[in-house]
Amino acid sequence: MNIIKALFQSTIGKKYVMAVTGLLLFGYVILHLLGNLQIYMGPNAINGYGALLHSRPALLWLARVILLAIFLTHVGTAIALTLENWAARPIAYTIGPSPYTTYASRTMFISGVILFCYIVYHVLHLTVGVVQPGIMDFKDQLGRPSIYRMLVAAFSNPWIALSYMVAMGFLYFHLSHGISSFFQSLGLKNRAYSGLILGFALGAALVIFLGFLSIPLTVLTGLVK
Amino acid sequence: MNLKLRIWRQKNADTPGHFVEHDAPNVTPDMSFLELLDTVNEELTLQGKEPIAFDSDCREGICGMCSLVINGIPHGHIKGTTVCQLHLRHFQDGQTITVEPWRARPFPVIKDLIVDRGAFDRIIQAGGYISVSTGQAIEGNALPIPKDTAELAMDAAACIGCGACVAVCKNASAALFVAAKVSHLALLPQGQRERERRVWHMVKAMDAAGFGSCSNTSACEAVCPKSISVEFIGRMNREYMKSLIKAQFKNT
Amino acid sequence: MKLEAKIPSGPLEKKWDRYRLEMKLVSPANKRKFEVIVVGTGLAGASAAASLAELGYRVRCFCFQDSPRRAHSIAAQGGINAAKNYQNDGDSVYRLFYDTIKGGDFRSREANVYRLAQVSSNIIDQCVAQGVPFAREYGGLLANRSFGGAQVSRTFYARGQTGQQLLLGAYQALCRQIALGQIEMHPRTEMLELVVVGGHAKGIVVRDLVSGQVTSHAGDAVVLATGGYSNVFFLSTNAKGCNVSANYRAYKKGAAFANPCYTQIHPTCIPVSGEHQSKLTLMSESLRNDGRVWVPKRPGDNRPVGQIPEDERDYYLERKYPSYGNLAPRDISSRAAKEVCDQGRGVGPGGRGVYLDFADAIRRSGENTIRERYGNLFEMYERITGENAYATPMRIYPAVHYAMGGLWVDYELMSSLPGLFVIGEANFSDHGANRLGASALMQGLGDGYFILPYTIGNYFAHCSQPRPAASHPEFRLAEAAVKERTHKFLSIRGRRTVSSIHRDLGHLLWEKCGMARNEASLKEALEKIPAIRQEFWENIIVPGESTEINQALEYAGRVADFLEFAELLCTDALMRRESCGGHFRTEFQTPDGEALRNDAEFAYVAAWEHQGEGRPPLLHKEPLVYEELKMMQRSYK
Repeated sequence: MNIIKALFQSTIGKKYVMAVTGLLLFGYVILHLLGNLQIYMGPNAINGYGALLHSRPALLWLARVILLAIFLTHVGTAIALTLENWAARPIAYTIGPSPYTTYASRTMFISGVILFCYIVYHVLHLTVGVVQPGIMDFKDQLGRPSIYRMLVAAFSNPWIALSYMVAMGFLYFHLSHGISSFFQSLGLKNRAYSGLILGFALGAALVIFLGFLSIPLTVLTGLVK
Repeated sequence: MNLKLRIWRQKNADTPGHFVEHDAPNVTPDMSFLELLDTVNEELTLQGKEPIAFDSDCREGICGMCSLVINGIPHGHIKGTTVCQLHLRHFQDGQTITVEPWRARPFPVIKDLIVDRGAFDRIIQAGGYISVSTGQAIEGNALPIPKDTAELAMDAAACIGCGACVAVCKNASAALFVAAKVSHLALLPQGQRERERRVWHMVKAMDAAGFGSCSNTSACEAVCPKSISVEFIGRMNREYMKSLIKAQFKNT
Repeated sequence: MKLEAKIPSGPLEKKWDRYRLEMKLVSPANKRKFEVIVVGTGLAGASAAASLAELGYRVRCFCFQDSPRRAHSIAAQGGINAAKNYQNDGDSVYRLFYDTIKGGDFRSREANVYRLAQVSSNIIDQCVAQGVPFAREYGGLLANRSFGGAQVSRTFYARGQTGQQLLLGAYQALCRQIALGQIEMHPRTEMLELVVVGGHAKGIVVRDLVSGQVTSHAGDAVVLATGGYSNVFFLSTNAKGCNVSANYRAYKKGAAFANPCYTQIHPTCIPVSGEHQSKLTLMSESLRNDGRVWVPKRPGDNRPVGQIPEDERDYYLERKYPSYGNLAPRDISSRAAKEVCDQGRGVGPGGRGVYLDFADAIRRSGENTIRERYGNLFEMYERITGENAYATPMRIYPAVHYAMGGLWVDYELMSSLPGLFVIGEANFSDHGANRLGASALMQGLGDGYFILPYTIGNYFAHCSQPRPAASHPEFRLAEAAVKERTHKFLSIRGRRTVSSIHRDLGHLLWEKCGMARNEASLKEALEKIPAIRQEFWENIIVPGESTEINQALEYAGRVADFLEFAELLCTDALMRRESCGGHFRTEFQTPDGEALRNDAEFAYVAAWEHQGEGRPPLLHKEPLVYEELKMMQRSYK
């Protein structure tokens, strides 16, 4: 049987798709964080990084298309699974929530939806530039787009900074369950490693959360200006 | 002690159900939860009312027939037990207890607290066995099995098929039930010949029945009366992947 | 009625071979023309249904539970015997045969028991091949333990869940045949009538427990694998649903009922905690290896355990049976417990319990060792009683556990009604007056996998009575009878619940026909049972309708049959003026209180024939001829 068809025909296959696309997105999030943290190395570093990414438009667009495909596959599969899951319990219990579960594991779909909305907003804000028109036009001394000034301008608005910080909170929840779930869904977890995997998931999610959180915080508190 | 029960009553599969309050005065802490329902039913019967229909049989925690969600938790809040071995000493005098049936689309309620779990049988029929007809067996000791392997297989085989895993799962997933049987047979040398075929067909039957997917919340392990580990779900996922990949290289 | 055991002639060890050589076979092409109805899906029923389907017969299988996997075989804890002699400790087919006959107090058939011992090894092989995760040694080979006082280690086990694992093996084989279309499975369906056409059992009438629909099913043969009748005592270790109805319906249609008075009482159960009690829970006998059984010396002594000094305790089993002590056989230790409780020395609520004390064992080997050996049992005890048995002694009391009696069958497992086969606990054949531990699972699977699939073919090959259509007038009559009975239950609308009457019956039987019986108590029971029955038929209340799930209605039908069957049980017990195995008549005991058999007068199987409503059953005697062994007195002193 065609493997693609087979994957999407079973619940376990779809979980593989979630796990693999989730892992790729997790990788992207790490790269994105590493890129962003260059803000602490000063305007030259981060602006140079931005210029580098834009220096090969064909490659950039190829990467964007692949990323979008991964993202949409993750989202689409999540929607399909969630609809199936809802259908599997037409009448809810009167007493909830499900006992013995973590908040993060129960709310993957909700955190996913919020993250989806956040990502659309984030792209409109800092890639397309429609939320705060003008901040995309900052240029540094070398004539490169100034990502540094753009971020400072963006996060100087406390509401925008807050919205980013809240979104990162949901990213934390999403990743804290998602990372360990990746191992379980692909059958890579066993008794000996389950503790380690759980620790890694929580640790990685926390590092990512704190890393991203630091930027609006340092801008708001004036440490980065 | 005195208890108040809020119990799901439903005439049959086609009629919508609702909660009805029943009083259970003068019950004793030594009663099992099912004996509490027996007592309430005696009273209802004497009043000429219909007793509460619920499933039970062995009443010693092994047949897997009893199936009640008590205050939101399948088999109640005491771990590693079935409802038939849940005793009232774990409740407080005057407490109100909500009792619901397993809720999942593949487990339709057929009356009050009774559901139809035929979907589990259909999953086993799809491949949860080793194809060996009577008389075909080789000598028992001709196939040594490491003790650890046999013990692990037994951990999985301990499943009583009650469906609490489905009942507690936010997605009504049957992953733990299916994984327990897949793992039990995949671990043993006798099960090797049909290994890929088995997991493939059992998962297909599981999906066809309309169970949700596994979100890896592990609630199933927590309510399982036999505490079957979610580790077996990981094993099933691994088995399924092997089956999927091997199928690509078959010249069919 | 003529009881023909049809035991093949020739030496004991050649009988089964000889039978298989001489039986007529059904050709593979013809097998698919035969339809077999199997009622019950425990070890016997599931294994028989699967094996028959594998042979090519078409099978229809019925169970009252929601899935065939839930039959009560699942609750067996200890293990399954087989004469493999893996331990090199002197076991053999002959020794297993000998132990089973002796354990049964010389009241079973030699040929049947020998055959059971012969097939026992094949059962283990078959179960291993199915994937039953038996306990293993580090070398990967099958582990054994000694069980129930046997002097060899021949018991195979899967933790404390042997019955469950064996049943799941048989259930899986059954499921495979369902998927192949060879078996049509009917769960939540209860057999309410047997249909006899032309003197042969040719079908059943069932009620769909969900829709309430009453339907007929015709077959070429009917197999009853419907278990035992211990629930006639109300409280037993059986599942709530276990009942005698299928067997009793068959009895009323002409199948003889054999040895109904042989019931087994298990000594180590958790005592009754109150009037609400719905069932009793068994705890493995292995506890008696380390626990010491005692009661206070003084009647009415209800001081807490700690305040009863050592010299005011009566370790009565050690006192009376110095060599076996706390390990005395099931029937003997059960009766001893009853005796001390009757003297007012019982402990716990109601005074029906004795202590099983681990204090000495804990002192000797440490709590950890005891925990390793019995941890799960102590946990179970605590779950049920809320007491910590490491700190205070367990309380135990005997409970009804198994029925050795059952429908009479010949060597082919066919009842006195041609075409009706009875297997597993439902028949009477292999355990005589007392069953040994770990032998029930062996018998159920032996019958289902390795005996019935042969013998049923011999019936088909000889049978001239064709399968009737399900529209045959006999089916219409049976359906009408079922509906009338159902209607009767629902229309009485009295003031007693069915379970309250079942309790009355159970209490009466337990007191008058339980662990110990005598002429006076049995006559009293026989006098009182009709009154309870009358109360039932005049004063029960069964709410609801017949066209829906109605558990009270199902229960009423089962209790109605228990109420008649109880009389048969007591009649048999009264007739058998001797003590043997689980049947202990207080008038017949040795000076030191052991069962006193009367081989001269009672070395026979008592098979009762139904003579019609209101008429006493007719006794037929099948003499027990011992060609191989000599009957002798059991001694456990």
